[in-house]
Amino acid sequence: MRFLLLFSRQGKLRLQKWFTPIPEREKKKITRDMTTMVLARKPRSCNFLHWKDLKIVYKRYASLYFCCGLDAEENELLALEMLHRYVELLDKYFGNVCELDIIFNFEKAYFILDEFLLGGEVQETSKLVVARSVEASDMLQEKQRLMEIILLFPLFFSCYHGGIHEQACILTLGEMDLHTPEGIWTITDLEVLLLYRTMEL
Amino acid sequence: MPAPIRLRELIRTIRTARTQAEEREMIQKECAAIRSSFREEDNTYRCRNVAKLLYMHMLGYPAHFGQLECLKLIASQKFTDKRIGYLGAMLLLDERQDVHLLMTNCIKNDLNHSTQYVQGLALCTLGCMGSSEMCRDLAGEVEKLLKTSNSYLRKKAALCAVHVIRKVPELMEMFLPATKNLLSEKNHGVLHTSVVLLTEMCERSPDMLLHFRKLVPQLVRILKNLIMSGYSPEHDVSGISDPFLQVRILRLLRILGRSDDDSSEAMNDILAQVATNTETSKNVGNAILYETVLTIMDIKSESGLRVLAINILGRFLLNNDKNIRYVALTSLLKTVQTDHNAVQRHRSTIVDCLKDLDVSIKRRAMELSFALVNGNNIRGMMKELLYFLDSCDPEFKADCASGVFLAAEKYAPSKRWHIDTIMRVLTTAGSYVRDDSVPNLIQLITNSVEMHAYTVQRLYKALLDDISQQPLVQVSSWCIGEYGDLLVSGQCEEEEPIQVTEDEVLDVLEGLLVSNLSTPVTRGYSLTAIMKLSTRFSSVNRIKKVVSIYGSSIDVELQQRAVEYNALFKKYDHMRPALLERMPIMEKTASNGPTEIMQTNGETEPSVPDTKHLPLVTQPANQANDLLDLLGGNDVMPVIQTTLPTKPASAGGELLDLLGDLSLTGGPTVVPAPAPSVPVSQPPFLLDGLSSQPLFNDTSAAIPPMTAYSKNGLKIEFTFERANPNPNIAVITIHATNTTEADMTEFVFQAAVPKTFQLQLLSPSSNIVPALNQGSVTQVIRVLNPQKQQLRMRVKLTYTHKGSPVQDLAEVNNFPPQSWQ
Repeated sequence: MRFLLLFSRQGKLRLQKWFTPIPEREKKKITRDMTTMVLARKPRSCNFLHWKDLKIVYKRYASLYFCCGLDAEENELLALEMLHRYVELLDKYFGNVCELDIIFNFEKAYFILDEFLLGGEVQETSKLVVARSVEASDMLQEKQRLMEIILLFPLFFSCYHGGIHEQACILTLGEMDLHTPEGIWTITDLEVLLLYRTMEL
Repeated sequence: MPAPIRLRELIRTIRTARTQAEEREMIQKECAAIRSSFREEDNTYRCRNVAKLLYMHMLGYPAHFGQLECLKLIASQKFTDKRIGYLGAMLLLDERQDVHLLMTNCIKNDLNHSTQYVQGLALCTLGCMGSSEMCRDLAGEVEKLLKTSNSYLRKKAALCAVHVIRKVPELMEMFLPATKNLLSEKNHGVLHTSVVLLTEMCERSPDMLLHFRKLVPQLVRILKNLIMSGYSPEHDVSGISDPFLQVRILRLLRILGRSDDDSSEAMNDILAQVATNTETSKNVGNAILYETVLTIMDIKSESGLRVLAINILGRFLLNNDKNIRYVALTSLLKTVQTDHNAVQRHRSTIVDCLKDLDVSIKRRAMELSFALVNGNNIRGMMKELLYFLDSCDPEFKADCASGVFLAAEKYAPSKRWHIDTIMRVLTTAGSYVRDDSVPNLIQLITNSVEMHAYTVQRLYKALLDDISQQPLVQVSSWCIGEYGDLLVSGQCEEEEPIQVTEDEVLDVLEGLLVSNLSTPVTRGYSLTAIMKLSTRFSSVNRIKKVVSIYGSSIDVELQQRAVEYNALFKKYDHMRPALLERMPIMEKTASNGPTEIMQTNGETEPSVPDTKHLPLVTQPANQANDLLDLLGGNDVMPVIQTTLPTKPASAGGELLDLLGDLSLTGGPTVVPAPAPSVPVSQPPFLLDGLSSQPLFNDTSAAIPPMTAYSKNGLKIEFTFERANPNPNIAVITIHATNTTEADMTEFVFQAAVPKTFQLQLLSPSSNIVPALNQGSVTQVIRVLNPQKQQLRMRVKLTYTHKGSPVQDLAEVNNFPPQSWQ
């Protein structure tokens, strides 16, 4: 695969992954061409196009178009399966994924893609393994953040009891043991939750 | 300094902007804040700022000032920072920036990190956008990771290695040892990426291909296990176990089996198994079948398997799913060359696809239909294709029209059918035909001697209906100019002759001249046509008037023509009949593609503007031939070895001939050679600048030369050859020699043939026949003899000998039978 683009029905780009080095201007041109070509297609046409020397495969999922460019010897029907697999992974991660999820959490969409494809090729064919890898990376991220918060704000940590924030994302880490210079701290869910809210992106 | 706003907050805010200007304003404000934050070297929020920058970059705004910040993030110890940093690097940096080289050290450190997820990030980034320098520096690290037992890292390392090999092919050798036991992995991820790596290596290096051929049995086994194994929830897609891996293995098998009988043999069974057992109700099954078919067609499979593959494609054609039909048509197009007969069986289905609603499918079906046309199905196929031409979108019409012309030219069952087909194309898609089809058609029409009356009649009728399609108008006006007399005389054998008067014809042509729909080129055609009719019609005065009007036309081209034609009427009226007489046969030098129209007796071609680009096509070849001719290129010709001993002499002779007046051995000495000496026909070509005849004879029996005339010391010999593309044309070269003591100057040779023949006389080599056989004058005559009648010729010779003019007429009847049979 040479590139993967996600764009809305109005032609707004939601994700762009380029698997070969291309100058910025060229990327913009390709994106423009793809959006024009794909959006111009009639509803019941086949999902394949020709553009220069590439095969373009696209599929619409709700309000998003998934469009990828393939080399001549790649299998177009399989590319459809790859796009579908990516959507399934997003769906599993976000739970009934919709365009808004991808807009507000675009960096996560990239992280998931990077666990599924590498250099344009599939790196893992098991949905479960990909999902687990992403979860584990997220967990690592949270752990590290927690470590740093605890080191920075020991006071905060020790005196907070507080209620539950709205729109809070609940991370079920269960009981976690943090090894710090001051000793071993055991953290419960609620406290993790609050600390997460303080230092998120 | 308050904390910079959160990413999601920013996204929400930007989305509330109602206009592009509002959005731009928000973005600019935020960019300014981010910039100052970067300047302050704020470690805590750098990650957040870069993430926001990436969002704005996706919206299309410049984000280059964040590039260095990405590097700082990558160098940080925090995993969050690294994640965003690497993402930023992949999005904002590319090979052209020098900045990315600074990443090399960071990546190197991260490749050796204790946490596998950090290593994974590094591998991913390197494998996605690593430059050649980076790849060179880090290949060793990647190779190390390829040998690790950690499957998470191993699979990423394999794909990273693929990227390294693509960037720096010389490093391929380095990864060879690590590939030793890649295929014995159980982990599907590693297996899949290993197969990708092996594929890449085999595609790039024939040595690697040979080396890895021994893996075929192992691959076959793995594939078999995938198919036979029971349900595996982890890798299952609609009942098929790990289709991604299956397809990749099939692709690798294809590469390994290509042009190798043993490997192909080894995979025969598994391919048959996959082809017959795969579930085809969903796309995923068809994806595997598709790959299987491609593999079967590419390796040295046995014929039974090939037939199976084509039948699968045939079934695909009937599938409801458009994608599958499209894929089938594409594959059939690839195989139609090699398995023509098998594909022919599905012809009717393919032709049905012409009526499909989908544009991509229609195009493929059209290409495939043209590939399937042959002598047997031409009538039926053409009917379908012409129907398609009528109803298809404009984007197809040009290609379809060209295709129809090509097919008609190759397989036309009869001349009339051919002309009818062309007429049909011109009338339905006339404005879409390519420019070079006009001269091609004119040439075709000229050569179909017996169809002239029919053709001109039909074209005339078409003109009456519609003058907007320029190619049609151009061809029609040319034909009316040529064959107007046939039109008016009402002789037509093929269909009911129409009654039309000279004035009506001239009305039509004049109409073209004044019409707004006519392009300047078309106007040129019609003016010339009107002029030509001056020798064929009796209403010369009217024509004179028209021509003189256009002598003051604004269009320079028209004006020039009109002025010249006027001059023809006034001062050179005696030349007019000769100049405007019927066009002789035009030679085709290439049977496919654009045909040449060669300059004939110096008469101007109306289609000169269009043929401008045509001679260029064969010019290189001609020049090469001409050059070789100059060098006495007898060594060029692969045939006719019997005349070799005499050739050097004649070659020398021609060279000197060109230079004119040195004494030489001359033509007649070459003639006694058993094979007609081809080289002798070369000089006229060079002098005329015509494209060369094919320089070797047919392998058919050579025709013996003959003496056509011998009187008063002047001897004229004829030598023969067949024109290669058209066996109805006899090419005669005359050699005139002079045995008297005085030169014969101002020598002119003229010839006439009976009505059923057509004659073309090319320029002579010179008009002085030197005395005492010191040289000869050669000239080439081309005779078209479509009815294979006995060749007869009347010749007229004029020359000046010893100061007094001599003129003589003679009949030549002793042509050898082979020259006209």
